[in-house]
Amino acid sequence: MIEIKDLHKSYKMGSNSLHVLKGINFSVKEGELVAIMGSSGSGKSTLLNILGMLDEANSGEYTLDGVPIKDLNETKAAKYRNKFLGFVFQSFNLINYKNAMENVALPLYYQKMGRKERQEKALKYLGQVGLTEWATHLPNELSGGQKQRVAIARAMAAEPKVLLADEPTGALDSTTSFEVMDLIQKINDQGNTILVVTHEDDIAHMCKRIVHLKDGVIVKDEKVKQVRASEYV
Amino acid sequence: MRFIFDRNTWQEIFGSISKNKIRTIITIIGVLWGIFIYIALSGAAKGMDNGFESMFESIARNSMFVWAQSTSMPHEGYKTGRQLQLKLEDATTMENRIPELQYIAPRNVKGFFGSTPASIGRANKSGSYPVFGDFPVFTKIAPKKIYDGGRFINDEDIDQARKVAVIGERTQQELFEKDEDPIGGYIKIDDVYFQVVGVHKFDASGGFGGDGDIFIPFTTFRRLYNTGDDVGWFSIAAHDDVDVVKVEENIKALLRNLHRVHPEDERAFGSFNLGEAFNRIIGFSKGITFLSLIVGIATILAGVIGIGNILLISVKERTKELGVRRALGATPAEVRNQIILESVFLTMIAGIIGIILGAATLSLINSFTQNIDFPYTNPTVPIPYVLGALAIMVILGTLIGLIPAQRAVSIKPIDALREE
Repeated sequence: MIEIKDLHKSYKMGSNSLHVLKGINFSVKEGELVAIMGSSGSGKSTLLNILGMLDEANSGEYTLDGVPIKDLNETKAAKYRNKFLGFVFQSFNLINYKNAMENVALPLYYQKMGRKERQEKALKYLGQVGLTEWATHLPNELSGGQKQRVAIARAMAAEPKVLLADEPTGALDSTTSFEVMDLIQKINDQGNTILVVTHEDDIAHMCKRIVHLKDGVIVKDEKVKQVRASEYV
Repeated sequence: MRFIFDRNTWQEIFGSISKNKIRTIITIIGVLWGIFIYIALSGAAKGMDNGFESMFESIARNSMFVWAQSTSMPHEGYKTGRQLQLKLEDATTMENRIPELQYIAPRNVKGFFGSTPASIGRANKSGSYPVFGDFPVFTKIAPKKIYDGGRFINDEDIDQARKVAVIGERTQQELFEKDEDPIGGYIKIDDVYFQVVGVHKFDASGGFGGDGDIFIPFTTFRRLYNTGDDVGWFSIAAHDDVDVVKVEENIKALLRNLHRVHPEDERAFGSFNLGEAFNRIIGFSKGITFLSLIVGIATILAGVIGIGNILLISVKERTKELGVRRALGATPAEVRNQIILESVFLTMIAGIIGIILGAATLSLINSFTQNIDFPYTNPTVPIPYVLGALAIMVILGTLIGLIPAQRAVSIKPIDALREE
């Protein structure tokens, strides 16, 4: 599903150059649930942003679902993002003046889907994250866990090839974190490919594979025995 | 351009606008105020314009009066202070020599300019009213509305010096019974019986003449008061497209020549040029209209700039939202279009509300000025002006929306998302 070869990324900070990713090679198959772990500054968010086409690598190859991702302009990147990727952010990033259902329906709007169809689909995905009754509530009327579940429903609504989650539990307490991880595991069980960036060990162990990142290189790539989050809930 | 006609686009924009109420209202007020000022001002100016127009409606706009005074310079052996007298043949000479003239109506009056009004009687009723000796051509210069069943003086009246009279509304009320038909009735003018052939409607907006004026044929007047070929004054109308001031000069020069007056004797003949007065007033009201146009457009401009300003701030505020939208697959063009359309939509809404409020204010002004003694009628703004203002607003709204829109897409989605 994802194929990365010799990926380099550096940021220019005035006259200095900060080499963040120093040759990343890794691949993800369909249906995998991969945790990308590392301390802050290890380059894990940068890697996720490049995977998410929010940022561009300086060199290296990136293939997503057989499509080589290169020579991106903003319009092309936007189209690929809409077609291939779903995002879940640490700070939820819901649009505060839209209710839960409208938030979930937003990526479908950019797929040029009709309003009615959009809303039906949004409700379906809200149902899957158990928030049907909260469909007409604004984000500020929802708890942190609920907001993240809305965000996950939004990411899934576009039926992406890969779900990218950047510290999805970073702003949540442990109980809520496990609820969210439970949801992510269930989505993975349905065959969806998911990448989770985290720095928490227990969250990482709820995935099937952990990629350890340190100073811009992969130091360890291991398959782990998945801990079901439902055991903690 | 297909996105403009897409219902979904507008639903998205309407959602974004209607859910940021305070922002929307503040934004709208700027342009609303602008178009309101524009409509109210130019409508009010138009009302004044219309008022002046209708004030001069009852009289030819390029008309003037000329009368004789006394000389102020000696000439050809005549002394200063010689009293001049206009004669009937002056009219023919003027008509022949000055091609710019359209109508010349020699007139005489008893009851104005120091002469005592004629005493008019009927049965046991009597009163004094000014009596005018007129030719039919007079109505070409100052149209008179005659009540049904009556007529003004005609050519046969002149030829035969008929003793017929056109009386005023007041004269009718004072001399005739309420249900009495005055047409065909007889009145006594200075002890001579006249048959009434018409009643003229008094038009207050005309500003000249009164509701008690009596018109009789010029020839009859001449006999009645023994005025010979004397003419009190000439009412003159020039053709529509000539310079009335110049015509006035030509007339007076000709009269000076005919009456052997020094060519530079400005005071020998008096005149009042309605055309010139009219042009001055029209010029004034044109100036007001132009001023209101400038002020209105400037206010609209200020309003639209206000919209741009608020959208610019709101784009800054919404950086994260726009970042999220782009992460979810919005292309830069879609983001840009959304901001521009929000701008245009707000401008349009504000414009339409402003136009409605402006129109309401104008109709209020109209109802308040219905019965006042000031030339003011029907304050309106022509539809093309309104549509023009709307078009200007849409264009300006688009242009001003470009700035925040460009700013919105110039931020990379990754930076937008990082913004806390």
